[in-house]
Amino acid sequence: MQFRSEKLSNGLEVIAEVNPEAFSLSLGYFVKTGARDETPEMAGVSHFLEHMMFKGTARRTAEDVNQELDDLGSQSNAYTSEEQTVYYMSVLPEFQHAALDLLSDMMRPALRDEDFQTERQVILEEIAMYDDQPPYGAMERAAEAYFRDHPLGRRVLGTRETVSELDPEAMRAYHQARYAPDNLTLVAAGAVDFEQLLKSAEAMTAQWKPSQATRQLVVPTYCNDSVAMVHPPATQQYTLQYSPGPSYCDDARYVARILGTILGDDSGSRLFWELVDTGMAETAATFTQEFQECGLFCTFLACAPEQNEENWNIIQEILSQGKEVPITALELELAKNKICSGMILGSERPSNRLFSIGNAWTIRRKYETIQDASEHYRQVTLESVQSAFEALASRTSVTVSVGPES
Amino acid sequence: MQQKVFEHRLSNGMVVLGEPMPWLESVAFSLLLPAGTQNEPNNRLGLAGMTLEMCQRGAGPYSSRDIVERLDFLGVDRSSNVTTFHTTMSMAAMSRVLEPTLEVAAAIVLEPHFPEDELDEARQSALLELASIDDDPAQKCFKELKRMRFGEVFGRSSLGSESGLTETTLEDCKQFHRNHYNPDRAILSLAGNFDWDRFLVIAERLFGGWKGPAYVGPTSVASIPGNSHLKHDSQQTHIALAYDSVPYNHPEYYQGRGLVGILSDGMSSRLFAEVREKRGLVYSVSASAHSLHNCGSVLCYAGTTAPRAQETLDVTVQTIRSLGDGIDPNELKRLKARVRTSLVMEQESSSSRSSQMAHDWAYLGRVPSRKELLQTIEALTCESLLNHYKNHPPGRWSLVTIGPDPLEFTDAVS
Repeated sequence: MQFRSEKLSNGLEVIAEVNPEAFSLSLGYFVKTGARDETPEMAGVSHFLEHMMFKGTARRTAEDVNQELDDLGSQSNAYTSEEQTVYYMSVLPEFQHAALDLLSDMMRPALRDEDFQTERQVILEEIAMYDDQPPYGAMERAAEAYFRDHPLGRRVLGTRETVSELDPEAMRAYHQARYAPDNLTLVAAGAVDFEQLLKSAEAMTAQWKPSQATRQLVVPTYCNDSVAMVHPPATQQYTLQYSPGPSYCDDARYVARILGTILGDDSGSRLFWELVDTGMAETAATFTQEFQECGLFCTFLACAPEQNEENWNIIQEILSQGKEVPITALELELAKNKICSGMILGSERPSNRLFSIGNAWTIRRKYETIQDASEHYRQVTLESVQSAFEALASRTSVTVSVGPES
Repeated sequence: MQQKVFEHRLSNGMVVLGEPMPWLESVAFSLLLPAGTQNEPNNRLGLAGMTLEMCQRGAGPYSSRDIVERLDFLGVDRSSNVTTFHTTMSMAAMSRVLEPTLEVAAAIVLEPHFPEDELDEARQSALLELASIDDDPAQKCFKELKRMRFGEVFGRSSLGSESGLTETTLEDCKQFHRNHYNPDRAILSLAGNFDWDRFLVIAERLFGGWKGPAYVGPTSVASIPGNSHLKHDSQQTHIALAYDSVPYNHPEYYQGRGLVGILSDGMSSRLFAEVREKRGLVYSVSASAHSLHNCGSVLCYAGTTAPRAQETLDVTVQTIRSLGDGIDPNELKRLKARVRTSLVMEQESSSSRSSQMAHDWAYLGRVPSRKELLQTIEALTCESLLNHYKNHPPGRWSLVTIGPDPLEFTDAVS
């Protein structure tokens, strides 16, 4: 396993974790753009653009793109989050060049008006699909209430209104500003021929011009708030709480992730034994969500509406018992084993490594092996987890609950 | 594609399978038991799931909490589920902890305590899970499709029914365990980094002394065509559609599977192209091959906002029927490329390989090699696929919709 990185003359960084023993390789363009980089009027443009990137280029029709992705036998997809948009493919090693050619060409899409109108319908269907699904927009509502005017309060899909009003010209301008070589990283993992990758990338992206894209980083101000939403067809009650947590660049995130596992993993955690194992709640969980300059410690409950209040009170009590019921050495050890083993098992596929190394590099400019990553967890002390636990008692929080009645 | 698959029967007849993948650090196994929803009494729907849950609430030397803590200590990734014919437990871990992991799995299956004081908690969990499906219309749609299409016994959901779960007693669980958790037709399949001889010693020690009644399998499963609508106050209408195809153990299975691939595998597949890409009707549309013993079906799904649901259904059915107009050589070429890639990538995951082997043995009584599978796929031609379509045209349709309004569907025989 060897890590390689190089910067091309146009500013495009190319990184790879090369494993000559692997059966396949994964390639991805990580674009440092997402919902947080949009204006409120253009909410959803990053995600809409992600769909449009599959709709053809100057030398390929939409049909060509889809057919070539399948010709290469690839497993490919894309996603958009608050902070990034990622396009990736997993292929057999002999298709490295062809895969890179297709993926690089896709980064310069045609953005044709007609395709734009058709794809808008698909996005509106996607919005309707999530509106019909639990927790029925509670996550978006919680982010809005928690972050308020902060860019992280924007919805990744946008809203029915913003998506209906987006125009192709604005999208083209957004693409030009954000999909510049100095805002993209080409990431590869697995059976990669790195020299060839560099050579091909240099040729294929020679015309790309840097744009000096920036991102506004602001630590949000926190408040306490509580929102009740009604979704009459719902049969269960869903409650989501956001509190401050460490950012993706803060070493304290290892402590917070371990604490989230001990208190609210889906098996063997304190919330599991108290509420899920006993059949009081369908889900009771705590977990972290991390962004570039800030993070969240999240709590989630799904249960029958009539049991919601009692269950929520129990959760609040468990999360406030830092002093009374301290974390034990056994809890810490089990959480570390679970997290580290999960990382190693997951890392056997190059496609999973692609995301680990791509995320670490684009946000933190760091490469870590699985062993390095495990070591961060292994070094977390009981004292630090205990102190993070005790701090939960005085956390600020925004809570959103949605169910059939208010 | 070097490959070695070991097969062995323990002294009690239980089948163990193993495929070494020494390039991995992990090992994974699937334990398939011949205990499915079809074995539940009519008034105890949900019993198979309840029994599995109760087995995990204390077994052998472990309490309920011990089981979870032991598996977490070992760093085991695990899951379990119930289907029409089987109860399956799957675990994956680092290869050095294979033996202690198998010990926990064996205790769960062979020596459950069935603690009286945990029955109500297990029941409450099951009832919650059953209720939660009402908030997941797409899953509810498929549950209803299965119930309608495969009937009273074979169309059961593993979630059970409210009355079945409410009335289940501890004795019911114990009896289900006695009658259906048995070595005849049980399969333990292992893939990843392990030593076969050493594994056999462990498997014999843990499972070799296991006794139980002989398995009585289903005689025949047949599809039942029909059409139904469940009213739901949602923006989208969910469409679940099924028609007859050939089952996994049919000599022409890969012809049928190939047609499903042309319809739904990849972004250039016909359903994706016609329903989503050209018309923008849906975010999600798909088809998959489904086998229940000797009964093969193709199951399709599309979700779309209510005013466009009729058009979506019509275009979906037209697209399925367009297979009869012929297969383009490029479509077949892409299908073969995808299969080649996925066969190579299968070697990157011990979990997916172990469950595939168990599935193959359960359905075919053998584990086809990657080479054999590749040859079968390479032998497909546009003509053979078209002939297969003509000999097995879509028929015996079932349709279930969930949403504001029902749809017109002339193909269904009500």
